[in-house]
Amino acid sequence: MTTTDQSVVASTTGSPVPFVKSVVELDRVVIRLAGDSGDGMQLTGNRFTSETASFGNDLSTLPNFPAEIRAPTGTLPGVSSFQLHFADHDIMTPGDAPDVLVAMNPAALKANLSDLPGGGLLIVDADEFTPRNLAKVGYATNPLEDDSLQGWQLVNVPLTTLTLEALADSGLGKKEAERSKNMFTLGLLSWMYHRPTEGTVRFLERQFRRKPQIAAANIAAFRAGYNYGETTEAFAVSYEIKPAPMAPGRYRNISGNQALALGIVAAGQRSGLPVFLGAYPITPASDILHELSRHKSFGVRTFQAEDEIAGIASAIGASFGGALGVTTTSGPGVSLKSEALGLAVMTELPLVVVDVQRGGPSTGLPTKTEQSDLLQAMFGRNGEAPLPVVAPRSPADCFDAALEAARIALTYRTPVMLLSDGYLANGAEPWQIPDTEELPDLRVEFASEPNATTADGTPEFQPYLRDPETLARPWAIPGTSGMQHRIGGLEKADKTGNISYDPANHDLMTRLRQAKVDGIAASIGPTDVDDPDGDASVAVIGWGSTYGPIGAACRRIRRSGRSVAQIHLRHLNPFPADLGEVLRRYDRVICPEMNLGQLSMLLRAKYLVDVQSHTQVRGLPFRAAELAAVVQDVIDSTSGAPLAADPNGGAE
Amino acid sequence: MTTVELGMPAEGPIADAIARSLETQGEKRAELKAKDLKTDQEVRWCPGCGDYVILNAVQSFLPSLGIAREDMVIVSGIGCSSRFPYYMNTYGMHSIHGRAPAIATGLAASRPDLSVWVVTGDGDALSIGGNHLIHTLRRNVNLKILLFNNRIYGLTKGQYSPTSEVGKVTKSTPMGSLDHPFNPVSLALGADATFVGRAMDSDRKGLTEVLRQAAEHQGTALVEIYQNCNIFNDGAFDLLKDPTTGVQWSIPLVHGKPLVFGPDGASCVVRDEFGGLRIAETDQVDADDIVVHDATREDPSYAFALSRLSSQDLRYTPMGVFRSVPKPTYDKMMADQVEEARTSSPADLGALLAGGDTWTVPA
Repeated sequence: MTTTDQSVVASTTGSPVPFVKSVVELDRVVIRLAGDSGDGMQLTGNRFTSETASFGNDLSTLPNFPAEIRAPTGTLPGVSSFQLHFADHDIMTPGDAPDVLVAMNPAALKANLSDLPGGGLLIVDADEFTPRNLAKVGYATNPLEDDSLQGWQLVNVPLTTLTLEALADSGLGKKEAERSKNMFTLGLLSWMYHRPTEGTVRFLERQFRRKPQIAAANIAAFRAGYNYGETTEAFAVSYEIKPAPMAPGRYRNISGNQALALGIVAAGQRSGLPVFLGAYPITPASDILHELSRHKSFGVRTFQAEDEIAGIASAIGASFGGALGVTTTSGPGVSLKSEALGLAVMTELPLVVVDVQRGGPSTGLPTKTEQSDLLQAMFGRNGEAPLPVVAPRSPADCFDAALEAARIALTYRTPVMLLSDGYLANGAEPWQIPDTEELPDLRVEFASEPNATTADGTPEFQPYLRDPETLARPWAIPGTSGMQHRIGGLEKADKTGNISYDPANHDLMTRLRQAKVDGIAASIGPTDVDDPDGDASVAVIGWGSTYGPIGAACRRIRRSGRSVAQIHLRHLNPFPADLGEVLRRYDRVICPEMNLGQLSMLLRAKYLVDVQSHTQVRGLPFRAAELAAVVQDVIDSTSGAPLAADPNGGAE
Repeated sequence: MTTVELGMPAEGPIADAIARSLETQGEKRAELKAKDLKTDQEVRWCPGCGDYVILNAVQSFLPSLGIAREDMVIVSGIGCSSRFPYYMNTYGMHSIHGRAPAIATGLAASRPDLSVWVVTGDGDALSIGGNHLIHTLRRNVNLKILLFNNRIYGLTKGQYSPTSEVGKVTKSTPMGSLDHPFNPVSLALGADATFVGRAMDSDRKGLTEVLRQAAEHQGTALVEIYQNCNIFNDGAFDLLKDPTTGVQWSIPLVHGKPLVFGPDGASCVVRDEFGGLRIAETDQVDADDIVVHDATREDPSYAFALSRLSSQDLRYTPMGVFRSVPKPTYDKMMADQVEEARTSSPADLGALLAGGDTWTVPA
């Protein structure tokens, strides 16, 4: 941290004595906004994120909210929070712990205080610390007054009162005016971190274009918060975090669900196929349905089905008709779709199945993240029913992963499972907008001519005559003359696709379906290994959203002078062809997962490598520091000579 | 050549395939015969099964629609009746238990150019697939559902079904079944089905007439076909098939004709005092009080009241078309929305990806 010499004199409107405010330059900050689920914390967080993105910082976010839409006001279960990590350099996680906590009420303070390291900045809405609100969460005395917060830099701001004062002339009633206190808070933070404000003003004008009075009130509260920061003596310091160096190009901020939906639209455009999404609303996947329903002009049809089964069944029907069939859900929905997934495996039709994983089993933790559907994706069907599994590693990567899932589905005529998770879905980061011409070419050819002849020489169409290279079967769509054929869930005879109960044929078909999926490995390239020193004897392997925390942990370890390799898997089925060989290069392989060791089990079973599982199922991403400690212990116990811990503390 | 706006990308393989199919539609129509719809697959229903006569009736009837066989798709679920697609030289999918309406919905909604048929049974459509059936009916997707009702589970060898009469003794109900059965016509009308009909497997003429009207209907058409399972529920419909009792207990539904039935027209249908319908002796009522059948009534209450005349043992069973009302179809409305969206904002992927607030990092 460096205090610059550019101290400024605050504008002094209404202030009798001018006082000096200093600007401190930071390389990174983690802010957590916490409030009641009705306080608009997610909106505030998203706005601050947009300001930060357009300012040019690298960033990563972690929204965390309850499953209840409006839990009882002021209670612990009703607390909603939004954490944002932004920096002047490339970062990989939303941050282990906040540097700044904004608590809008006692419940938010109580639920989040233990995460704020000693000395951290704590901003609270003092107005909400009423005896009634304190009692709701079991505070016997007011923590703002009983010295229990001495270990932190506490700043009491009467956010509610200040907002009401700012909106005294707005014509709004007290209750309505109070609702703008999140914008007052956003204004204050925008001042503190030198964020641009025009975007938020434009956003509010757009958001409330039919309610100009509300728009004006929110903008007034936002500006009042900014000006308050500038004039109050409560904040003597503001902070500057320079833009992060990024590759040249055009960027936008994007969440995982949004990126995934755009990836599906792009897949439709690049394949020349209409997209058909059959889906049933489920947290945390519904936003993909919402987003895709807005893109009908791209030939995207969205069908809100009566249940999860109809969601996938309608998509299979559309695929039979020549569309790119897609269904989106979360874990419990995948359970319901299992039988239909088997049908898609058997009928060998292209289908993209998106599972935005959440805490399980059963209803589990609907709004929290987990990686516990890997084995369900791999094996959750009757019979030998292999299907490819692809997982994005970051919110923006959901775009590319969706295109990759579509590529595999269309090339190999198979359902593909795309395993996102709650953290990726709602988290956001800057995304370099790709050139559409450089996106993969996904064009397909429908079969339109007979591909075989009968014993008497008549040309005929055999729907299960496979491409020798990909083992994919031809895709002939209804409407194509002379290509009429019947498919279904019963076992088919090789080539002709007629019903067959022949033992040898079933054995052959079972092996062919497996070989087709295994063969996809030929199209996916070698394992992604990051070992900058080139001499690591310990590797950390992960999949999906643990990419960020594992990457951040590896950086810490490397800064302490140790070597470590990061292996990240985008393809979980099939694995890259060289994975076994890669794993055997290392003395120790550690596999952190947000489940009880599902990938480790697959790796150990397939490669007989003694993968060490490190697991956590808290509904939250790993903390980089914790992971680094685990990996460091393994490295030190392997190499013998312990080195000092990362001298740079929590930096990424 | 007609053009069908499918709301699909202008260029690409699917557009080409559809264009090819549309170009050749005229010539193909003239040639189609019943035998063109047969496949080389051996029909494997039990000898004497009612499914044979339905298959024959459908194969004889479909060519009259003038639709090329490659533009027809038959989707089925699981059960004896669901083997139907294998015997039809059209496109077909023998899917999973109960899900045929949902699969057909995805197909019909994305391909309004096709003639999509669902073949299902009483267990498939009303038990495991009940949810899909009612939702398909309320949406009015353009597809035709043939529900073969044999009032028994055949393929699993003889358990009672959701249409079996109370007290049915079967392998799974040795002391008689306890479940009150569904009346499929009442259920469909309860779901606001725009077309509901009922026919008998052995009545080629009556079945063909109901199928014709169903095929001409724009939207979801549900046709309940009473089908004899000669192995596990033989004679289930004999009361209606027997030349003597059949006349006595069947109520033929002919649009615009008074509901008079029975030997010498001795019985008729009149309104009861609660606004429903009841059976009366024709010579005991004023001719003006006899209900004249109107399948086009917007309010489904009348058709529902008709469906409630019959009892579990099939006395007073109306046969024919209960309801046939026009209503916009789901697939058409979906295509219209796609078209509207396309007109108001042309698809530009680059612009979509760069939507929202963006910033540029200079080189």
